Parts: sequence; C-alpha cells; structure tokens
Amino acid sequence: MGEFKVHRVRFFDYMPSAIRAMAFNSRTERLALSRADGALEVFNFADSYFQEKVIPGQDGRAVEALCWVRGRLFSAGLNGEITEYDLENLRPKYTMEAYGGPVWTICSNSQGTHLAIGCEDGTVKIFEVLEETIRFQRNLDRQKGRIISLSWHPSGALIAAGMMDMIKVFNAESGHATHRLLVERGVGASKSREVVVWSVAFLSDHTIISGDSAGKVQVWDGVTGTLVRTHLVTKWDVLALSVSRDESSLLAGTSEGTVVQFQFISSTVDQHDKEWVRTRTFKNHTHDVRALAHTDTAVVSGGMDTQLVVRPLLEKVEKNTQESALRKIAFPHRSLVSCGKKAGMLLFQFHGHLELWRLGESDGHGKPGDSLPVKRKPEKLIQLKRKGDDHICCSALSPCGGWLAYSTISSVRLYRLQYNGSNISITKVAKLPKVLRSAHQLCFSSDSSKLFASTTHSSVIIIALSQSECKYLHTLRPKSGTRQPVHLMSASEDGKWLATANSDCEIHVYSLHKLKLHCTVPVYSSCPTAMAIHPTTSNLVMVHADQQIFEYSLVQKEYTEWSRKLQKQGLHHLWLARDTPITHLTFNPRNPAHIIMHDTYMFCIIDQNLPLPDQKTLFYNQMTLRSLPEPERTSHSHSFKICKTFQHLLCVSLLEDHSLVVVERPLLDIASQLPAPVRQKKFAT
Amino acid sequence: MVEHGDIRVVHRGGSKINFREPVLSHDSRLLLCASGECVKVFSSSTEECVHDLQGHTDLVTGVLLNPSNHLQAYSCSADGTVRLWDFTDGILIKVQLHCHHVSVQPLSVSVFVYLLMCMCVTLTRLLSSSQGEYIASAKGLHLEVYFFKKQKSYRFSLKEDNKKGAKNTFTCLSCHPKDDCIATGHEDGKIRLWRNFNHKREYTYSTLHWHHSAVSSVRFTPEGTNLLSGGVESVLVQWRYNQETQKDFLPRLGAAITHIAVSPDGELFCTAHSDNKLTVIQSCVKVSAVIQGLVKGESVRTDLMVDPRSKALVLNGKPGHLQFYSLQRDKQLYNLDIVQQEYIHESGLQQFEVVKAAFDTRGNWLATVEERKQKDSTLELNLKLWAYDEQTQSFVLNTTVSGPHEARITAMCFCHTADSQTTMLVSASQDGHFKAWQLESNHYFYEGPFWSCDFVGAYHSLVPECCCFSADGSLLAISFQEVVTVWSPASWELLTTLSQPPGAIRDLCFGRQSCSKYLLGTTAKNLLCCWNLLTCTLEWSTSMDVSLLLSDPLSENMAAFCSHAGLFVFKPSEPRPLFSHKAICSGKVTRAVFAPREEMLESCEESSQWLNRSQLYFLTQYMDLMTFITKAEEDRLMASSKRLVIDDSVAVTPFYLLLGKHRQQQQEKQDRSFSAERNQLPQGSVAIKELLHTPAHVLPSASFLCSMFVRSLLISVTDKEKKSEEEEMESDKEEESECEMEASTMGQGQTAEAQETAAPALTKAQARELRRVKKLDHSWLSSLLDS
Repeated sequence: MGEFKVHRVRFFDYMPSAIRAMAFNSRTERLALSRADGALEVFNFADSYFQEKVIPGQDGRAVEALCWVRGRLFSAGLNGEITEYDLENLRPKYTMEAYGGPVWTICSNSQGTHLAIGCEDGTVKIFEVLEETIRFQRNLDRQKGRIISLSWHPSGALIAAGMMDMIKVFNAESGHATHRLLVERGVGASKSREVVVWSVAFLSDHTIISGDSAGKVQVWDGVTGTLVRTHLVTKWDVLALSVSRDESSLLAGTSEGTVVQFQFISSTVDQHDKEWVRTRTFKNHTHDVRALAHTDTAVVSGGMDTQLVVRPLLEKVEKNTQESALRKIAFPHRSLVSCGKKAGMLLFQFHGHLELWRLGESDGHGKPGDSLPVKRKPEKLIQLKRKGDDHICCSALSPCGGWLAYSTISSVRLYRLQYNGSNISITKVAKLPKVLRSAHQLCFSSDSSKLFASTTHSSVIIIALSQSECKYLHTLRPKSGTRQPVHLMSASEDGKWLATANSDCEIHVYSLHKLKLHCTVPVYSSCPTAMAIHPTTSNLVMVHADQQIFEYSLVQKEYTEWSRKLQKQGLHHLWLARDTPITHLTFNPRNPAHIIMHDTYMFCIIDQNLPLPDQKTLFYNQMTLRSLPEPERTSHSHSFKICKTFQHLLCVSLLEDHSLVVVERPLLDIASQLPAPVRQKKFAT
Repeated sequence: MVEHGDIRVVHRGGSKINFREPVLSHDSRLLLCASGECVKVFSSSTEECVHDLQGHTDLVTGVLLNPSNHLQAYSCSADGTVRLWDFTDGILIKVQLHCHHVSVQPLSVSVFVYLLMCMCVTLTRLLSSSQGEYIASAKGLHLEVYFFKKQKSYRFSLKEDNKKGAKNTFTCLSCHPKDDCIATGHEDGKIRLWRNFNHKREYTYSTLHWHHSAVSSVRFTPEGTNLLSGGVESVLVQWRYNQETQKDFLPRLGAAITHIAVSPDGELFCTAHSDNKLTVIQSCVKVSAVIQGLVKGESVRTDLMVDPRSKALVLNGKPGHLQFYSLQRDKQLYNLDIVQQEYIHESGLQQFEVVKAAFDTRGNWLATVEERKQKDSTLELNLKLWAYDEQTQSFVLNTTVSGPHEARITAMCFCHTADSQTTMLVSASQDGHFKAWQLESNHYFYEGPFWSCDFVGAYHSLVPECCCFSADGSLLAISFQEVVTVWSPASWELLTTLSQPPGAIRDLCFGRQSCSKYLLGTTAKNLLCCWNLLTCTLEWSTSMDVSLLLSDPLSENMAAFCSHAGLFVFKPSEPRPLFSHKAICSGKVTRAVFAPREEMLESCEESSQWLNRSQLYFLTQYMDLMTFITKAEEDRLMASSKRLVIDDSVAVTPFYLLLGKHRQQQQEKQDRSFSAERNQLPQGSVAIKELLHTPAHVLPSASFLCSMFVRSLLISVTDKEKKSEEEEMESDKEEESECEMEASTMGQGQTAEAQETAAPALTKAQARELRRVKKLDHSWLSSLLDS
C-alpha cells in the first residue's frame, strides 16, 4: 500500500446547519432541502441520493417552507418574501414581497396552477403560477392569528389552514372559511399556552390530519368538521407531517427525534372500513425532526441534528439490496477543503468565511502507526470574512499558495498572498475582468498562472494571473448546449487539459493549448462525484455517484484497457454497497499506477498493476495481509487497498513532499456542538 | 409411571395452580385452574375452593370454557383425554379420547375448541381470533398465522437480535377479539401489535415498550379496549388499545406474573404468579382475592415437616419464611417470618435463609436455623426457638442464639418424649461438636423461660453428621462419620458405639413402637444397616443405594428412597418389604415426609396397609409434591366428586338466608314493577346510621337497638306495593310485637326449620311467610346479642 507521513487534521471546525424544510418532487425524484442558514440543496434520489446542486444561502434569508411546482422550486421565509430559484444558475431567480408579514408556509395545489401562502397577519394569499413568474391573485378571508401550516385538498377546491388553537377550512373559490376545527390544548402546565398546529394534511377523502405542539396527531372529518381520532404521540411537539402519494401511510416527526408512522389499515381482514393506526416508530435523530418527506419507498427525515436520514420502508423495497440500507447523509458531497500542495497549506471554506492554515512540521521518524512529535504546530494564517450578504459558494487556493479566490452568487474575489518570513500579507486584486461576475467552481492551474472559473451554461472563463495584472483570456463553451452548472472541474498537472463535469452528467475535456473543446467523454447515467487527470499518462479517472470507476484516455479518446477490464469484471459488491460518494481523487507522483480516493468513512489506494478483486475475494483484506508472511502477500493482494483508520473524512490529499493530509471532522464533535435535545426520561435515570 | 397393584403416585395437594392459564367463568364468580390431576374451581370472591373436578389420571394441561355453553368447561390432560365438565356442579359430562391428527376442514365450534386443546399440548403459544377466521402461533422468532377460509398461512420472522441489543424471541401472544390485530410479547420486554398480516409484505406492526425483561403474558380484554401485559416486574400493565401512550399500572403483585386471564364480561382479571399464586383483580384497580398455593422456590433447604398441632406441612416458603400448608384442605394456612428482615430482590445478593427447622412432639416449640454465607466473610448463623402461643394461635420468638456453633449446623432434633417435663434440643455442627439446649424456667435476669446450652459433646474430634432421639427419648444416637455413638441424654454418658465401615453414615433413624429396639442407618457406601440396641450388634444389613430414610411416627414402618427414585417400605423386624415401587418419578427424590391422616383408612390389603395411618408425601427434583393413593381411596373420592352440590361458594348460614333472600326478593320486585325510583338501601336508613355513628358508650342496650335494626331491613319495599299491602303490614306489625315477647324462648331448632321453609322461590303468598321468617331471625339475633 505504501507508507506515508500523515497530517491528521482535526482543526477544520466545519459545522453543517440544521435542516429546516424539505420538499420531494416525485416526478423528477428530486428532494429539495433548506437549511437554517438559508442554503438550499437538491438531492437526486434516482442517482444514489447524490447531492446534485447547492444554492448558497444569504444573510437574512431564512427559508421556512419549500414547494415544488412541476420542475420549479419556490420557497417562503420569515422575511416575508416568496422566492423562486434558478436551478440552472444556482441562485434565486426573483423574490416577491407577500405583504403579509413573515410567511410561515407555502403550498401548491395538485394541478400546479396556484400557490397558497400563510402569513403572520392571518391571511392566506393565493398566487397564480405563470410561465416565468407568479402573480398575486387574492386573499382568503383574513383570520385572527397567524397561519402556520396549509394544505390543499387534491381537488383544489378546499384549503385547510393550521393556526393557533384551531384549523380552518377555506373554500378556495369563494375564499370563505367553511369549518373551524378547535384543537385541544395540552394538559397541565401547557394548558395556558396556545397550541400551535405545526402541520396539516388534507387527504382526498376529505380527512384532515393535523400535528400540533401538544404532541397530538389528530384525524378530522373534513366534511362534517368533527374529530375522528386523537393519537398522543409525544409529550413535546409534532413538528412535521408527510403523507405518501397513495394516502395509505402518514409520517409524523416529533421533537424527540422520532418519526412515527401511521397506516390506513382495515381493522378486520375482509372488511373495507379502514382507519389510521399508529404502527412503527423510527428513531434516527437525536434532535427535533423539522422536515419530513414520504417517498414511495422510504422515509426521509431531517432536523436540528443536521443529518438527512433516508430510512427505506422494508416492505416496499427488495431485501438486502443497496436500496434497503439506512442512509445518513452528514457531509456535503463536494469538497470544502482546497489544498496548496506545494506550499503545504489548507483552505477551509465556511459559509461566512475562509480559513487558511499552514500545516505543522515534524522531523521525527517512527514506526508505522506511531504519532510523531510536532516540531512546528499548525497555524491559522488568515481568517477572511466575506463581503456582502451572500454566502460563499466556492473557493480555491493555488498550489503554490500565492493566490486565493472565492465566489458568491454575486461576485468573485481574488487575493494575492505574499509571505516574508513569518509575516503574511494579503492584497485584493482590484481589477477583475468584467466577464467574471460569479462562478460555480473555481480552479487554479498547477503552475498557478491561470484561474479557471465556470459560469452559466457550463462555460469556463480562463484568466491569466501575473504579478502586475490579471487578464481575461478566453471562454470555453461546450458544444452540447447544456444549461446545467458545472460542479466539478479539474486541470491537469502539465497544464494541457481541463476537464469539467456538470449536472447533466456530461464531462467535457478542453485542450488548454488550443483553447478549445478536445473531446466529450461518453455520457454515463450517473453523475460524476470526483475526477482527475493523471499527471503523466493524461488519463482522466472518474468516479460516479453509483460508485462506478472509469478511466478515459484523453490521447486516444477512448476508455483505457484497465477501465474496460474493470467494467467487464464488475466492481466488488462491498465497494458498491458503500453509501457515501467518493468526493476527492488524487494521484501518487512516485507511483503512477496508484490512484488515491476517499469517501466519508475510508480512503483507498487503487493499484492498477495488481489484479482486480472478484466477487469472492475478501475485499477488506489489509488486516489479513498484514498477518501473512511476506512472500504470500502478493498472491492475496488485489488492487483495492482500503484504510479505515481515519473516519469522517472531508479531504485526503497528497502533498508534494509525499506526505498525506487527512482532514477529519468526527460526527461526535458536530453532535457535541448542537444545542441540547429535549429532555427525556430514560429507564433507570 | 409404573403402576403397582392398586397404589398409584399422584399429585394431590400442594400442586401448581399457576401451571396453565386460569379461566374465569361467564358470570366471573368462579375461577377454574388446572392443578395437578384435577381442575380446581375457586370462588373468585371468597378465595375458597368450591370443587375439585377429579377424573383425569395425569397432569391437566389445559382448561377452556365451552363457547356454546357457558356453564361447561373442557379440560385436557397428559393422560390423553379431553373431558367436558359442568363446573358449577362439578359433574363430568363427557370423556373424549385424544387423537393427535385432527383435520382442520370441519369447523364446528366444538371441533374447533377441540383442535385448540390438542395443539395446546405441543405448542405452548397458540391463539385464535374470536371469529375463528385464523389461528396464530409463535415459536422462537417466527409468527405464523393460518387462515382457515383461504387455507393459507403467513409466516413472519424477526431478526434474532439487532445492534441495539434487542432480543426478539416471542414469548406470548394474544389476538384482538374484534379487530385483526395480534399482540405478541418478546424476550426483551417489547410488545408488538401486528396488523395487516394477510399480506406477505405489507404487514406492519407497532411496538410498545415498558417491560424491562421478558413479557410473560399479554391478553386483550373481551371488548378489545385494553391490552394487559405482565412479566417479571410483577406489575400488571393495562394499555389502552389504539391509545397506547396511556397506560395504567397495578404494581406490587408480589411475584412475577406468568399468566393473565380476563373474565368474559371484562370485570375481573386473574393473574397467575410464579410463586404459585392466583390474584383476582377488579378492573385493574384493586386486588380483590389472592389464592395462594404451596410456594415452591428453587429448592427446599429445610426438611419437609408436619406441624403436630395443625397437621400442616411445613417447609420453606417465601424467602426467609416458613410456610404452613394444609394438605387436607389444599390451602396455605400462614407464613411465619423467620428471618424478620426485609428481603431484597436482587440477584447475586446473599441473604439469610432458613436452612433447618424442627418441631417438638407436641408442637409447642419450633427451632429454626438461618444462615448467611457471603463471599470471603465468616458464616453467620442464628438459632431461633419459637414458642407456640395459644392466644395468638401462632409461634412467638422465645430465644435467639446468634452463633450457636462455629460452623454450619448439620442436624438438629428435639427429644421425642411425650411425658417428660423438660424439653431438649440437640444440634450437631461441622465444627465437631454437638450441643444440647434446654429450656430453663427461671433466671434472675430474664423473665419467663428461655433456652440455654446444657451440654457440649464431641467424639474424637470427628464431625457429627446426623442425630436422632429414640422414641422414648432415653437414647440419643449421633453419627460421627463411620461411627454411631449412642448417648444417654439424662447423664450425657457415652453408652456405646456402633460402626460398620466403610462409608460414612448418611441417615440415622430409630425404629418406632414395637421396633424401637432397632436403630437404622444408611452409609455412603450403599449399605442399609440395622442394629439391635439391646445386644449392640448388627441385626441385619443389605446393600442398597438409599438416598433418603425416614420413619413413620405413627407406625413401625420405615421408608427408604433409592437414588433411582425407587421406594421400599419395610418394618425393621421383618425381612420382607411391605411395599416396593420402582421409579416413582423421574429424577431423585429430595425430600419426603409421613403426614398423619385425619381419618384412618380401613384397608386390609397387605400392600396398602402402610398407608392406613399416614400418607407419604415426597418432593421430586422438579419440586413437584406427590403422594401415594390407593384404589379404594380414589374410588371414594371419585364418588364424592360426582355428588350433586346444592349451592355454590357461599356457605349457607341463617344470616345468609335472611339477607340473601331478602335481597333477591327486592330484586324481583324491582324487576316486576319496573319502577324508576330506587329502594332505599338498608345501609342508608336512619336506624343504621344511628347505630353506626353514635359512640358506643351512649348507645342504649343492644336488644333495644336490635328491633330497630331489623325493622329498618323490613321497610324496604317499593311504595306501590306498600299501598296495596298496607293492611297486611299493619297486621304484621302486631304479630311482630308478639314475636318479640317470645323471642327468648325460641330455640335454634325452630329457626333452622324456618330457613328451610323460606328457601324455595317466592310467590306472593310466600312473601308473608318470608317476613315471618325474618322476625324469627331477629329473635335469634337478639338472643345472641343478649348473651
């Protein structure tokens, strides 16, 4: 496997923010998710739950509710605005003031023609969805007290609105309230407090289901306006409800971190009168479950503990498959760390600032597994705060450590870093070319002479950097005419090639000498999650969300022999069963046959010279290899060498001095920084 | 079991009543439970046993009400029969032979019940829905539901254990009476409610978790509104069906719950407990009756003994207690707290245990030894002597000797003399000494008599193992390994030594009555020896692997149990055994006792004569109490059980007749008149209030009050009838005063006559008669009060 000196970095205090709202589009199988810092993420459930798009947040924008209308995504927040997002440019398309105070909820009818929002001032406002924008249509009868939750009846004629202490049913045509359902307050001390109806669901058989702050899930008859059943689910709040598409199952998320399933079941076998019965309880969260989605096969939940949990419903999926495993998505599926390989520096990207660190040094020698004494401690050189309200969407550090760039959705900033001894000076490059307004990805060439920035329609702007000025060189455009943003960009070590990958799964390779498109890699159905160009052979290695690995020769413009062999033989099932994508890929300059890649739970060195493992071989064989005597090892080893010593990895990179940088962020550290969960009495406490 | 002539080994008395689920009758007045070879019918209100349904010849393995006739019950037994009983009268109606292959297709109710019972024997957990559409069974990690109509079964499996340490093995199950819902209990304390189980994949369940260790029983109430569960925690938990977050608890039921039964009207619950107890509970609120059987722990450290006064069997009961169990009435009499310390329910904790107990001949004194051995600390020993107190009718602690010996006490016995003034107790210990304890009547410091050590003896620093007094108390035999020493208790002189090496003496026993010159002993080297004390020589010896030797105190018979559970009953003077029986039970016999009979048997057959005066009870390895029964006795019992019983649980007393019939009459009248207004209850009348709430010292004499009291009972007639019968009442009152005059002269015999006349059902004409009866009764009451 090779021996490395490892910098084990644990000073990246990355803190994901809490999940606030969720909306699942079952037609496109995309899940939109909003976080407490206003960021939006889109996951593609059809493609191994890959985090396809990230729209960075903005100060003062708190998304309270999300809603898909066909392929369009709308959000509403407590700043009183409705926002539609441009998913191609990863930015808000427009915002519209609702003039009703903070907006608590947004909901579209099943036809996708209208949006209803619930406001603090007690109005339900109906907006018409037009081709390009939305238009205010009218207010429903104004109520006393805020509207917390809304749900359209599938016919579109009725709207149920959850309020303080009550649920109101409106006729969407006339705008008049037809029913007022009083929700009982909690018992004891909470008797004096208003009960908040956090969530309502209006089913096609005119059943209304509500979840409230007294911990009840209540089933109402929407025709007569009477209470049918009360299920006391928790002592605390029921924060979210979600109904499956066929309306046979209902989920309720609580403050205890549990998700309770209710099913619409006939009480006796041969009869048809069905009722809602509480069945299963899932406990995958430590904190409040704020957002829930019920897909056809799984329960998707998220909340204060920042993890997105996909819990498959075992009766809906095949047993013991990829699909039937529980998934917890804790880290973003893209790199937040950029490494100045030559300078031994790390750049950490937070949503509000950047941190530049110099790695520590050690001159000690030790046996494998020893921890060496540190001669010089790692040092934080710069903490750079961003300007403006928009959060940072991408950043890059040049390999020499002399340049630093970041971008928000509104601007790109480039800085020049100069070191003299222990002093460091940072100067902003004042005049950037006008074309460079915002970037989805930033990347420096290996000699730090060029900056590549990807912008709209997957085009890449090349900027030449020099001491005196920076000059716009060229714009590279793909021929496919795609409108999707680039999410991966990689320049070759020799400065010849640049590869970009976008959300349409297209990979374009440009020749930097000719400044034009060299080739397009055949499109594979799954999105690439990491790619890199080999420094010597100029082969492009790609790893996709479904864990497949490809190697494409840029010279011959075809898949290499090794790649074909790998595809023919198939990857080991344990490799395919991993549930986090490979997020970073690098090569070992000393051994050209080695590819180093990592996901959250392991890093792996693929040795292209060794035989590929077949399905029967022991896949995780490092321990057994170590126990074998030297001569037998070669016969047992295969090309995948996997190390799980380091966990919860954010970055694994190889420096020029052949030492390995491993950036860890233990999930326990994240959990310890979360606010305290609701107190629960446990057995024997 | 091997039959020997006409003597059979049976479970009789003291058998498990928690073996199978108890059954409550339709009106919830009677409680049926399998107990040994009979089905016991208890009254759920008075705790008394109403009948034994006898007829099975082996363990009863299940009891079930007949769904088509709620006055009948089925019982099945390991003898291979299913019997149908009229349990209110205790009559056997039908015997069906058990066959193992029952076809499932014909589904009449009786066949269905029958099927259930057949399978009960093989599968422990099995239940059907009330409509009989499906049958559910659970075994290990699998739940199987069989639908009769579709003839299709569905099988659901759970994982053995998951990462969170859950143990998913099924322990019990119950079907909801109305909905299609099956509740299952699991080893880790979870309860799962299964629904939608007519689908292979879309089945679903919800989980309830309160119990911290295995759920031993779950049960839906008949209406299906509640679910009851119980386990080791000895707490009955009541879950609201469909509102499982609300639950009620009935804690402190005393011991782990093993079964739960609910009466068909849902009024009463009955829980069976691991300490052989049935508890009747009124709607999960309060315990209304406790039926306690013979408590059987892990082992019996004390011997089985018979209390000479109450003739009750005495042995270890609850931890730190001795229980007195009446074998004749098959009922626990009381528990005597020996240790008098709080018992802490925690595993691994060493606590004081009663290890030895002995009664003197007349039952005036009880000696107990308790010990506690903790790891790396010295043995703690207490010898306690209890005197029988005539007034409280129980034993009172007289003397506590802490640390009577340095090491464990091996044997202890009282002197058997019936006439001597002094009582003596001898205790032998592993420290190599034996001590004689005597009652000292007076001491300048203490008041009353107390026990003190009189003599300490030893023999060549060997360890004394057994001790035994001769029947007349003139000799004391103590065995020191291979040597038997015979002492005179009067002078503490070593009279002689007997020995028969090799092998240490294991048991020692003097012969009784005509054989009192013999001393018998068994050795570890499988030898049974008999010494003649007159000649001090070995009379005879035989090679026999005797594990237990005991003598019948009422005859010269001795019983020897072999280690392979064989039994020989013999007289020391005769070479031939009176009775022998191979393999009376599986495993070894650990304890045995001769219990005197209440009435002697008149058996003349030679082989069963030894059972005439006393009965031999023994405990098997599995803590089953068993005894021997003769054919004649069995026939007599069977005959008596078939006798028609006139009335149910409540004993017929004059007071019962008075009040009961009165109440019945009231009821009938109410029904007849359909009047909305309620009669004033006698409790609420002014007279009763006056009687009960006035301080005793200002009350007038009882005879004065009595007439008021009785009158208050009489007035409670509805207004309508009052009007129609006003004239009658007037004349009655005149009569009444006359009767009062006669009151003291009336005899008991007359009242008894009156009861009989009052007993038949009431017509209008008889109402007058009845009223007369009440007056009669009043006189009887007042005569009692006067005396």
